[in-house]
Amino acid sequence: MSLDAALRWLQDTVLATVVRENELLFPWVESVHVLAICLVVGTISIVDLRLLGLASLDRAVGQLTRNVLLCTWFAFAVAAVSGALLFSAKAVAYAGNFYFRGKLVLLVLAGLNMAVFHAFSGRGMTHWGAGVVPPPAARMAGAVSLVLWIGVVGFGRWIGFTLH
Amino acid sequence: MIPMAMSALGRFCQWLEQTSLSQLIQSLAWIVPTVQTVHILAISAVAASALMINLRLIGIAGADQSVQRVARRFLPVIWWAMPVLLASGAVMIIGEPARSLQNPVFQLKMLLVVTALALTGTLHVRLDRDPAWGESGHIGRAAALWTAAASLALWTGIVFAGRWIAYF
Repeated sequence: MSLDAALRWLQDTVLATVVRENELLFPWVESVHVLAICLVVGTISIVDLRLLGLASLDRAVGQLTRNVLLCTWFAFAVAAVSGALLFSAKAVAYAGNFYFRGKLVLLVLAGLNMAVFHAFSGRGMTHWGAGVVPPPAARMAGAVSLVLWIGVVGFGRWIGFTLH
Repeated sequence: MIPMAMSALGRFCQWLEQTSLSQLIQSLAWIVPTVQTVHILAISAVAASALMINLRLIGIAGADQSVQRVARRFLPVIWWAMPVLLASGAVMIIGEPARSLQNPVFQLKMLLVVTALALTGTLHVRLDRDPAWGESGHIGRAAALWTAAASLALWTGIVFAGRWIAYF
């Protein structure tokens, strides 16, 4: 099955059809999606700003991360499920949209940045206690994360103005 | 709202729409999505900050820190985001006055915003007066739980209403 056929199959499923054709369901799912993305971006920024040494300096990085990232992951799961529902409703249109593709690329890059951080630069995290500004590689990971997530929000908003 | 007041609001929207600033916003396609992106980023800061404070008030997260310390970290974020939200919101209103000011969902959103800010201000004042306010075993524990529940409901309502403005 080609990608195009798969997208058509997806948007013809019962669930996708219901989300697309029900006048109330689409905005409700969108609302959940927006709230979830706000919480993902907002909570990740708390960690990023701590990595940069710009905020929450009175807390150890590990302690702050344990506290905040559970919220981030929960919100991300909600954003992914609601986003998948929205995508399925207009799969062909979204898949062909430049800003939707760009948003996915930015999400993958954010994931890679996080994976690299955990595998390498984040290893010394136990030493980044209260008052300690992390080393340059960790600060860089925080800065890259901030830029990518700001991009995710921007590209996401542009989808709404360019989807045909 | 009484009909006369509605028509005054309608006339104001018509006037605003004809101003050169409104015309400028309408003529440049990139302004509205850019300003909306800034608006959503500022809301993200508010939503995450309110979540951190409320989870601490309830006692689900951040229990290694006092309520006051969590509030000191995150309340200023909520206050500083407000001028950004007001300015970006104003650009959207000037660009499409009738779609916003005369929209019942927009009016509901503003009511929720005023209520949420009053609640946040009350929390701020209470913690300034009594640093142990809202801690378990201290005065204000029950009020702290109600404040957290109301705050979570209000900010959720504000984000939802923001999305629904486009559908009314």
